[in-house]
Amino acid sequence: MSHLDFTAARPEIALALMAMALLLFGVFRKSRVVDAVNTLALMALAATALLVLFVPGSDRIIAFGGTFIVDAMARVMKILVIFAAGIALVMSVHYMKWERMERFEYAVLMLLSVLGMMVMISSGGLITLYLGLELQSLSLYVLAAMHRESARSAEAGLKYFVLGALASGLFLYGVSLVYGFAGTTTFAGLTQALKSGISIGLIAGLVFILAALAFKISAVPFHMWTPDVYEGAPTPVTAYFAAAPKLAAIAVFVRVLYEAFPHAEEAWRQVIVFMAIASMLLGAFAGVVQSNIKRLLAYSSIGHMGFVLVGLAAGGQEGLRGVMIYLIIYLVMTLGVFAAVIGMRRDGRPVEEIEDFAGLARTNMGLAFAIGALMFSLAGIPWLAGFFAKYFVLLSAVKTGLVALAIIGVLASVVSAFYYLRVVKVMFFDEPKEPVDPAPFELKLITALSVIFVLFYVVWPGPVTALAQAAIRPFIVP
Amino acid sequence: MIATVFFYMFAVFLLGSALLVITVRNPVHAVLFLILAFFNAAGLFLIAGAEFLAMNLIIVYVGAVMVLFLFIVMTLDVDFAELRAGMAEYLPVGLFVGLVLVVELIMVFSAWALAPEAMKLRMAPMPKDVTNTEALGRVIYTDYVLYFQLAGVILLVAMIGAIVLSLHHRKDVRRQNIADQVSRRRNEQVALVDVEPGQGLES
Repeated sequence: MSHLDFTAARPEIALALMAMALLLFGVFRKSRVVDAVNTLALMALAATALLVLFVPGSDRIIAFGGTFIVDAMARVMKILVIFAAGIALVMSVHYMKWERMERFEYAVLMLLSVLGMMVMISSGGLITLYLGLELQSLSLYVLAAMHRESARSAEAGLKYFVLGALASGLFLYGVSLVYGFAGTTTFAGLTQALKSGISIGLIAGLVFILAALAFKISAVPFHMWTPDVYEGAPTPVTAYFAAAPKLAAIAVFVRVLYEAFPHAEEAWRQVIVFMAIASMLLGAFAGVVQSNIKRLLAYSSIGHMGFVLVGLAAGGQEGLRGVMIYLIIYLVMTLGVFAAVIGMRRDGRPVEEIEDFAGLARTNMGLAFAIGALMFSLAGIPWLAGFFAKYFVLLSAVKTGLVALAIIGVLASVVSAFYYLRVVKVMFFDEPKEPVDPAPFELKLITALSVIFVLFYVVWPGPVTALAQAAIRPFIVP
Repeated sequence: MIATVFFYMFAVFLLGSALLVITVRNPVHAVLFLILAFFNAAGLFLIAGAEFLAMNLIIVYVGAVMVLFLFIVMTLDVDFAELRAGMAEYLPVGLFVGLVLVVELIMVFSAWALAPEAMKLRMAPMPKDVTNTEALGRVIYTDYVLYFQLAGVILLVAMIGAIVLSLHHRKDVRRQNIADQVSRRRNEQVALVDVEPGQGLES
């Protein structure tokens, strides 16, 4: 234990302290507490992001006896997670007023879930990973059930909790097997132990760990909870679910696969390839019959995670860079779409059925155009950002010889285009219904920025590529 | 010699009271036997030289957890006889599952290979100058301080979650306000009235 260890974990320590301070502030302050806590929480996120950027020390800091790693990937992913949480918090402000669910604990729980994700991203051992995972999941269960007047919200929280607890159990069982057969839980130690050969017990443990992580990114066959939870949870919370935890879990995938188990590559590649194919196909086919936009986006996120897994299976510099580019583009598209969905209300009630979007183009052209552009991008139509995201991961799959996987990806993408385009068709060609209420400024701004990103990515892809390249630097074998 | 005698005494009482926990009819007696079992387990820990664990067991389990549990058992109207009604019905299945588990355990342990150093390490003496509490403190607060603190944050989230999801300020429920109760004065609350016979009380 040295002074340097605490320096490495400085952003996490600061975030934890700020969250606790906000909790005290919220409890003791009597009036107008929610707005103040939300504003302070945003400032806390910004401060944490700055601390992440300026963790002093070398490129790769290993702290707490190898159980905590701060490298380029950790920094980039932490910034992205903090960004997603900040946007989700901004999106919640008006929604909480509309739905009369203003509680100051909302922002505090969000900060604590960010803390959990940051610990996950920086984990250098299976126990740190588990603690981070549990911290973020526990906060998210509560956030999902936060809307107490809605029975569906309570159902979403309970479902997520029960299945999440099952996933935690699987994870711990896997960890105990790995520890029993390898004698260590740190990633560096596991790499060392696996050099001399891999026993069947280790593979079994690894498969359990992968299953639990697949649950967190809602990859098939561990996706069952996703549509119900997405539909039942308050919409800004759904947006947060779709963005931040996925990023953190994929970062953990990269760490576990490429840092702890690089010598078991043949074993885990089959698992990843299977989950990628199953997720892409299910995301494409099950989305077709959905009538609720939140359920549709749930299946959409399952499909997108399938594509991310393609890049993960391909591996190498191109595959991992594809994964990172995909995650960044997916994050921006998802937050944009959800901002538009949250802002759509008619007579003070949320509009969530797709048929209620009918004729939006004639009553609100700007909103219809924005949703249309984002849907085209999610479908992967050239030359929008979503197309390039898919292009890079599929290209890396072809280059590493996983041609069949790439072909299935393209086919699944074509099928899923059906339901994205159906939304566009309903908005532009159906008979208009009553106009929707005007959305608050910040939701419009988020949607607009997201649309601008999606449209002009093709012109200036440099920053995203540079960010992705920086993130994967620790994993490139020189 | 004396340690051996005490070991067997604690062990026999531990097993006996543990058996009674699951066989006695009265749930309050079951809880009391569980407390006795904990005391004996603490005795075993003391013999093994783990005095910190022994005291923890008594303070935390007996002092806090079991007392709480006793309250719950006393306030809840649980009919254990009814819960146990289907026992005869499920006994064959239970015995079968138990048998399978025993066979599996035998298979596992017959194929068990101990690491050559394991037996030697088991005998490694405890350092004389480090007490139990000190060693535990060093592990928890120095080697694994990250885990310890994170676990603390997780418990904090669990607490916040329980409060957020269950605390509900209702307007129509009267709450006790101790300050109000204490600051009541006699002349504000009580009036002495001389009641004439047969006239009743004016409201």
